[in-house]
Amino acid sequence: MSDKIIQITEMNKWFGDFQVLKNINLEVEKNKKIVVCGPSGSGKSTLIRCINRLEEHQQGSIIVDGNELTEDTKDIEKIRAEVGMVFQQFNLFPHLSILDNCTLAPIWVKKMPKKEAEDLALQHLEKVQIADQANKYPGQLSGGQQQRCAIARALCMEPKIMLFDEPTSALDPEMIKEVLDAMVNLAKAGMTMIVVTHEMGFAKEVADEVIFMDEGMIVERAETKEFFANPKSDRTKLFLSQIL
Amino acid sequence: MKQVNFLQPNNNNLNTYLFSGTILVALSIFIVFLNSFFKKDLISFLPGTISFFIPLILGFIGLHLIRIDYSGYKFLDAINKNINTNNFNAFLSLLIVFVIIKSLPPLLSWFILDANIAGDSKDVCTGSGACWTYIKIWFNRFMYGMYPNPEQWRINLSFVALAFLGCVGFFATEKFKKYLTLYYVVVYPIIAFFFIFFFISGGPIFFDFSYGIIAAVISIILGFFIPSKFKMYYFIIVPITIYILLKYVFFYEELIELGKLEALEWVETGAWGGLSLTFIVSFFCLIFCFPIGLFLSLGRRSDLPIIKYISIGMIEFWRGVPLITVLFMSSVMFPMFLPEDMFIDKLVRVIIAISLFEAAYVAEVIRGGLQALPRGQYDAAKSLGMGYWKMHILVILPQALKLVIPGIANTFLALVKDTPLIFVVGLLEIVGMLNLAKTNPEWLGFAMEGYVFASVLFFIICYAMSKYSYNLEQKYKTER
Repeated sequence: MSDKIIQITEMNKWFGDFQVLKNINLEVEKNKKIVVCGPSGSGKSTLIRCINRLEEHQQGSIIVDGNELTEDTKDIEKIRAEVGMVFQQFNLFPHLSILDNCTLAPIWVKKMPKKEAEDLALQHLEKVQIADQANKYPGQLSGGQQQRCAIARALCMEPKIMLFDEPTSALDPEMIKEVLDAMVNLAKAGMTMIVVTHEMGFAKEVADEVIFMDEGMIVERAETKEFFANPKSDRTKLFLSQIL
Repeated sequence: MKQVNFLQPNNNNLNTYLFSGTILVALSIFIVFLNSFFKKDLISFLPGTISFFIPLILGFIGLHLIRIDYSGYKFLDAINKNINTNNFNAFLSLLIVFVIIKSLPPLLSWFILDANIAGDSKDVCTGSGACWTYIKIWFNRFMYGMYPNPEQWRINLSFVALAFLGCVGFFATEKFKKYLTLYYVVVYPIIAFFFIFFFISGGPIFFDFSYGIIAAVISIILGFFIPSKFKMYYFIIVPITIYILLKYVFFYEELIELGKLEALEWVETGAWGGLSLTFIVSFFCLIFCFPIGLFLSLGRRSDLPIIKYISIGMIEFWRGVPLITVLFMSSVMFPMFLPEDMFIDKLVRVIIAISLFEAAYVAEVIRGGLQALPRGQYDAAKSLGMGYWKMHILVILPQALKLVIPGIANTFLALVKDTPLIFVVGLLEIVGMLNLAKTNPEWLGFAMEGYVFASVLFFIICYAMSKYSYNLEQKYKTER
């Protein structure tokens, strides 16, 4: 129990009549880096959105850091404050400067003094190498810079887990590297990460385990080397042969 | 054979074209000008219909001749690029210029040259122009309605004070900047309400107002000696205590009865009127309808069915009823539902009615802005651990409201221009006063001047508001 930070058991989810997630069982230990891959529409994004309850699951249970996700919103806000999330479309707040984007949640959710929050934000912005852009607005930054800012914004809440929902899919190839570098650094610092991505290079470099999903089910879960060297199921083999 | 081309200039005869074209255009404008300003018709020797079209034809040919791709003369190029791009545009341009020239003299003569402003009775208005004397004599009524003349300084003072308090935001230091929103949304409207209702109304109720002022002044002076930690509570508790002490312990009313203190004369709201009433009604409706509309729009998007359907019901009801019936019901039917001894002032009822009515429109405008925001903004705010209110106040509303500034300005302008409708309940703001004045037997026949005057005033107010909204838009623009 102690080092299982996420426990999902028998989880099912429907969008209307359509079942997106079927009987998901997943345990994630502290400080593990897990990459989730699979074809579009396989439910990867929905799965990690369920972990901080941006989507509600209908059956089964999800326990994050010892708290079960239920209807009770108080707990959910507490859990969300501990789970950082980075989105495909960045979702920075366009009306605030980069620095304010990063300090907003620490000040208002964690009640951190403004000065302290700004120091923390600059520290994290420095880590993702955009501290010099701190006073610009998101609209003035390139996609890669925006995504790195989004990572810094999530880190400012000092989360225990980071979720990445296809963080590089909306970027052009040159910018993918700078975002991946930031993520690799984060992984090396020991963060627990669940990353939905198609970047297999990243998976090979940092992931402890790879999960392959198809049609709402976890088809295969394996150590990274094992996963790429000899995948067990035929579906995984087909997928890997197409993208590698 | 030599190519003959009358209508297209070439390098050799360029100057000839330019010269003759300019002469023709100038001639056509000159003809219209003489005709319009000095009633002299240069071409009267021609038959009527032809002489009417001659300037147009001359100018048209002239403009055609000077239409040269690139002449090197700045002015000519500007004309060609902007008003003389092709035959049709040249024709329209000429028409507009002629209409302006034609309509200037009558307007000038009505507004200024033949108008009267001297004197103080109808008899001086003998000219064919406007009779501004009428406006001059009635000016006081148009501004203050039936409010007694010796007491009008109260209205002036209230407006000056409110304007001053409204500008406080510009002088606030960095330390107080974060309280500004609170000030404008909560404190300022309360101050405004006290000023306008207790100060302008006067009467015994005025003492409530003066207790309030005394309480506020004393608490501010004492406030300098209070540790900043308790200030927030202090400024709520102490003024109220002092107020209650003054009202119920020291019994100032008894002092008045003894003749030691004199109350301000009581002026009932029915006597208020003119432009000041326009301002009062618009001001209160603006500050009330915005928050109500905001909550209605959030309510309509709520997940809780009761709140959602109440909001939908409110919005659809107020949007579905004409304002004039709402006003009528507020003054005639509403009192029937109240208990016998309960009385709500007519003006207050009207302000509540208009506020609710406009709130429904504001709600739908804001909802438009809320819907325009991508879902990702909600996701991002939630993923940072924000609850419903934090998410809306910090992330969603600042963006949504920024988007709907033009729409809100639209609604507010409509509101200001709807205020004359309060005449149906017997409140006479500026247009109401005009209607009253024009039926005065001594001043019959000057409706035109009155309406022109009112339109100019409304235009100034509305243009200022629209400019302000545009400035806000620019100020909050953070996109590239």
